[in-house]
Amino acid sequence: MMRKRRSTVISRIFLAVIFIFLYAPIFVLITFSFNSSKSRTQWAGFTLDWYAELFNDASIMNAFSTTLLVSLLAAAIATVFGTVTALGFYCLRKRWRSPLMAVNNIPLTNADIVTGVSLCLLFVFFGSRLKFNLGFGTLLVAHITFNVPYVLLSVMPKLYQLDRSLIDAAQDLGCTPARAFLKVTVPELMPGIINGAIIAFTMSIDDFVISYFTAGSTVSTLSMTIYAMTRRRVTPKINAISSLLFGAVLVLLIIINVREIRQEEAKKRAEAKLRQGAMQK
Amino acid sequence: MSKELIRLSGVSVAFDGEIVLDDMNIHFNDKEFLTLLGPSGCGKTTTLRIIGGFLVPTAGDVFFDNVRINNVPPHKRQVNTVFQKYALFPHLNVFENIAFGLHLVRPKLSKKEIHDRVMEMLEIVSLKGFENRSVSLLSGGQQQRVAIARALVNRPRVLLLDEPLGALDLRLRKDMQNELKRIQQAMEITFIYVTHDQEEALAMSDTVVVMNEGKIQQIGTPEDIYNEPENAFVADFIGESNIVDGFMCADKVVEIFGRKFECVDGGFAPNEPVDVVIRPEDVDIVPEKDGMLTGTVTNITFKGVHYDIIVDFKGFKWLIQSTDPSPVGAKIGIKIDPDGFHIMKKSRYSGMFGDYSSYSAEYDEIGDLEYEPSENEAELEEEMRYDF
Amino acid sequence: MTSKTRFLSIPYVVWMAIFVVVPIIMVVVYAFTAHDGSFTVDNFRGMTDYISVFGRSFYLALIATVLCIILGYPLALVLSREGPRLQRVFVMLIMLPMWMNFLLRTYAWMSILEDTGLLNALLTKLGLPPIKIINTSGAVVLGMVYNYLPFMVLPIYSVVSKLDRRLVEAAEDLGANPFMVFLKLIFPLSLPGVLSGITMVFVPSVSTFAISQLLGGSKNLLLGDLIEMQFLGSAYNPHLGSAIALVMMIIVVICMYVMNKFGEGEETAVVL
Repeated sequence: MMRKRRSTVISRIFLAVIFIFLYAPIFVLITFSFNSSKSRTQWAGFTLDWYAELFNDASIMNAFSTTLLVSLLAAAIATVFGTVTALGFYCLRKRWRSPLMAVNNIPLTNADIVTGVSLCLLFVFFGSRLKFNLGFGTLLVAHITFNVPYVLLSVMPKLYQLDRSLIDAAQDLGCTPARAFLKVTVPELMPGIINGAIIAFTMSIDDFVISYFTAGSTVSTLSMTIYAMTRRRVTPKINAISSLLFGAVLVLLIIINVREIRQEEAKKRAEAKLRQGAMQK
Repeated sequence: MSKELIRLSGVSVAFDGEIVLDDMNIHFNDKEFLTLLGPSGCGKTTTLRIIGGFLVPTAGDVFFDNVRINNVPPHKRQVNTVFQKYALFPHLNVFENIAFGLHLVRPKLSKKEIHDRVMEMLEIVSLKGFENRSVSLLSGGQQQRVAIARALVNRPRVLLLDEPLGALDLRLRKDMQNELKRIQQAMEITFIYVTHDQEEALAMSDTVVVMNEGKIQQIGTPEDIYNEPENAFVADFIGESNIVDGFMCADKVVEIFGRKFECVDGGFAPNEPVDVVIRPEDVDIVPEKDGMLTGTVTNITFKGVHYDIIVDFKGFKWLIQSTDPSPVGAKIGIKIDPDGFHIMKKSRYSGMFGDYSSYSAEYDEIGDLEYEPSENEAELEEEMRYDF
Repeated sequence: MTSKTRFLSIPYVVWMAIFVVVPIIMVVVYAFTAHDGSFTVDNFRGMTDYISVFGRSFYLALIATVLCIILGYPLALVLSREGPRLQRVFVMLIMLPMWMNFLLRTYAWMSILEDTGLLNALLTKLGLPPIKIINTSGAVVLGMVYNYLPFMVLPIYSVVSKLDRRLVEAAEDLGANPFMVFLKLIFPLSLPGVLSGITMVFVPSVSTFAISQLLGGSKNLLLGDLIEMQFLGSAYNPHLGSAIALVMMIIVVICMYVMNKFGEGEETAVVL
């Protein structure tokens, strides 16, 4: 008993140290976003100036809207593309599917920088021959390319879990094959599709390396702007961006988790009710 | 009553060269309860899928009301199916599941009509008050009822049921058997029922079709199938049977173990070799000296209503069911009435069934546990990729 | 059998051919050609100047990976023993920084580790001599560990937390002490998670260029920096860049292959 308690205390201390390690930098970052001086070490008083400056900085705002646009577009296109492809792959014989899935996994397993420079080579090479420049278009294509694999990987398992007799049942009850697809297959795949869309979106938002090599010099994503800022001069505007992003992610994660917990609890309650009912019977 | 509704004529199915259904000829009458009975992979589920429209036969024709329907897709057939493991739509609640087919009817049904018909169905399957439940929170028996209601609400002329009671426990299965029979009679439609469970088949059906290896072995009423099996396979599959080699000496005289017995069958060639079926319950145990045959008890198991007694007759072991126990090692005699012998023509199944040499007390239980619906057929269907 | 649905895979197959396969072939072609397009192996000869960079990249990535295992494995174990509610909260807390841009996370360390940064301010306050850490390889490793630790914890955690409690009880019942339970049961079963974690930490570490530039300064050049310089930087030479990328890719693939062979080639799920 004694030993167990001691091990619990040790593991709690370990957890605390790790979480301090993980969060101290973020805490410092956020704190100094409210610092009225430019110093990154000396506290000089509270201010919201950096936030105001942030919103007045055209290049940052531009980068922000570019990031949002490319992420939304890439995620949406990749979701549709990936889902359609998943259906196609599912119907292929294994002999064909396995090598194709291996190719699909290349962008996932390759280092980002390799994906980035290889696409860069492609775009530059064909750009000079087909008369196009690196820009939003190439950025979008690059994002779709690394997003589709994630969508595919989250939809495929759902397809394999799909009980095919459900589709038989829908047709038996009067659905044409197309209607059965819309009314039964799509709803059944929906969790996988949504999951894939969310992963694709966050991957796009978060990406720096691949964008860096494929966006060219005229377009800039938020990650690229941040990179440029960290290399140029020090400004607490970066801290302000960090705080805002951190806040957004935190809220998002809390919402997702609370929803999951609620759903699980509702399910548990309903199951308990069912058991009770069965016992009374 | 016995108007023909569906006919399969020379229907064969082969997957990748493996024959699953072999030249099947059968008709289904209107308003009858017909059961396709057979072991895993006998082709019964394949037959059902052909009628449902999920499978196009490799050869032969399917007629519905004398119209050829080989290529009519499932959604255009006046047939509905209760699927193995139900196939309820998990994203819809009970009401929406049942109303699924009604929403697809053209011209459109009014909201009220859909509601009324679903409610009426819920009443019939005794699930009133469950309409807003999620189907994943229902017990197996309740899911079963939803599946039946979902199919019947469309007022099909034929209901296909694919091992619908397989996933239920024994008690519930018995209740649902009566329930299904009641529903079939109330709705006055044809039920085509697939099962591997012979008791279920005998208890519910007007007609039983025994199948094996893609071929029909026998078609008949439950009584016919039990009392007059056509070959050793049917005799063994339906109930317990001792099957021994014999000769027909003349009409109504059969010879087994070198002795002549009186029986009730006739119409065989003189000295024709035959299979003789003796049901365990048709054998009476008598003192050794009074017996037509004598043997030694090698095993006895108490089964509740009766004892299963294994008796060795010159190396051939019989199963005898008796309400009185006989100790192991006892010498006993047996007596069989003339109507206790059932004579069958020799078939390709002769000599394969009806010997209890490897009998064990768990025989029945093993038989029950074996339930794993149509493994072979499931595997074959696995081969076919689904077309969305 | 005759399903037309499979033709839906054609567009993506074409897409992959153009945007996945062709670019990699181009890397190979560029690596073996000179500016004028003629075949050459000079790009690989030229690389000998950078052997120290290769060495440093793999060495630092290796240290970062080992540190991630040392910190991440016990963390995953500790997490899996908490109650379900706490587990959920802790896992969320570990994922949260991951969702923030890694440049910002790295930037945060910049302001702490600077010569006049918070760490040295704190040390001075405590009467200790200031330390020089920014622009050293130590800072780069710290940045890697900080950024990629969750990639190690989560796969291990997802394997360990699904471990059947009854297995542990069975092992104890058969006479194993806690150490033996770990050695003979938990560790072998968690190996797929560890392998997947190693891949997820090592690959981005060995190929990073931002972390090294922000925390390592100009002296701690890594492979990523080298490649970046050949494509977008001062030393523009995509042929040499391709050759370096190719060699890096091949070494990584060989490492992963050997490691997976060693771990009986266990296929592991992608963990987000």
